[in-house]
Amino acid sequence: MMIKNADIVIIGGGVIGCSIAYNLAKLGAEDIVLLEKNTLASGSTGRCGAGIRQQFGTEMNCILARESIKIFENLSEELDYEIELNQGGYLILAYTEREVNQFKKNVALQQSLGIDSRFITVKEAKEIVPPLNTEGVLAATFCPTDGHADPFKTNFAYAEAAKRLGVKIYTFTEVKEIETKNNRIVAVNTDKGKIFTSIVVNAAGGYSGVIGKMAGLDLPVYSQRHQILITEPVDPLFRPMLMSFSHNFYCQQTPHGSIIMGFGDPNEPKGYDMGSSWQFAREMAQKITAVVPLLKEVSMVRQWAGLYNVSPDAQPILGEHPKMSGFYMAIGFSGHGFMLAPVTSKLIAELILTGRTSLSIEDKLDVGRFERGELILEPSVV
Amino acid sequence: MKDEVIICRCEDITWGDIRKALEKGYTTLDEIKRITRAGMGRCQGKTCQRIILNEIARFCRKKIDELPISTFRPPTKPVKLGTLAGDNDDQKC
Repeated sequence: MMIKNADIVIIGGGVIGCSIAYNLAKLGAEDIVLLEKNTLASGSTGRCGAGIRQQFGTEMNCILARESIKIFENLSEELDYEIELNQGGYLILAYTEREVNQFKKNVALQQSLGIDSRFITVKEAKEIVPPLNTEGVLAATFCPTDGHADPFKTNFAYAEAAKRLGVKIYTFTEVKEIETKNNRIVAVNTDKGKIFTSIVVNAAGGYSGVIGKMAGLDLPVYSQRHQILITEPVDPLFRPMLMSFSHNFYCQQTPHGSIIMGFGDPNEPKGYDMGSSWQFAREMAQKITAVVPLLKEVSMVRQWAGLYNVSPDAQPILGEHPKMSGFYMAIGFSGHGFMLAPVTSKLIAELILTGRTSLSIEDKLDVGRFERGELILEPSVV
Repeated sequence: MKDEVIICRCEDITWGDIRKALEKGYTTLDEIKRITRAGMGRCQGKTCQRIILNEIARFCRKKIDELPISTFRPPTKPVKLGTLAGDNDDQKC
């Protein structure tokens, strides 16, 4: 039987929604309900590239990622579920003078914030990833504490910990309508019944704009397909995530041995298409076999796609909507939701329960920043 | 069935792994796949998915046709990245 009343209704059973549920319950909130139209991790979390990096180009993204890594490092213990964190670093390759200059700025910023990234030579890059073809590479940056974790396990770990703290999770339950009155949330209608609540948390990832519309709000985000593929498991070849912005790819071997890789198509239309294309598989294979030639002999076993939920500055939108009391958002992660989930979920929980956050993001990552014109564009996105 | 019986040969997943997921309340093929990795290996579930579906049906006391199945994703069989990369013959086909 569907519950009739809740203090807080979270929409979305990905890592964002489940981690928010956990952090709210951990801070003492009660009567929390999480709604997911499919299974947990069926959307962007279960489709993501699983990387965790601190090497960003804006101060805010760097701070969020740094704090997220700190939580990730103890998360298996905290949630009593092995999430397979593997800190093999991120090696980001510079192929143009413009990138070299940007990376020097990025590293200076990261170091000033206590992130252990460094600017390295081509020779050092080759030592870190011996199978790397360094042709055209001018320099690189490396941060050894960046890495990878299992998105499914992280998602289920948060969900199960949330359940132990009393959160009610309903899967295969789709939100159809959000009832409001005088700019306040009144209830959430689902295909299984109505729940009265005064607080809704939009953690719907690729569908966050759709949920916004249900509350009569036009949210400044759009969704876009990003494709990805994975190979058969092979012996360990390299530890870090390999990444390039100008050559547009990322590629990492997971602890399990399979190699996961993707790139962002600049011509990809906005929308909700999650199909796989042959063109992607071919272009990805061409990109990666040029950079790591020995991967020619490794076979792709699966390809799929997921949605980025993109905000105007490629930083998340966190907080209550100024035009709708009780409508909170954790959206617009722009491809970085998994890696930022541990910290942003904590901040959103603090914000909902106390009106303040420990990192003082409430007037920096709120949706109002775009109208105030405080746009600081993240330069380092694949 | 004994817990040690291997259900997914590609990923070495046993009946015990799957039984534990079912008992935790994860009763769809997608959830079991995500929690255990069963069906995510070289054969992409061609061998084990029917066995797992059977066991889900038995566990949930449902018919197999009532159960949602996973999305089948390309490619049909593993393809070397070198082969994929060398394919430039779009125009000819």
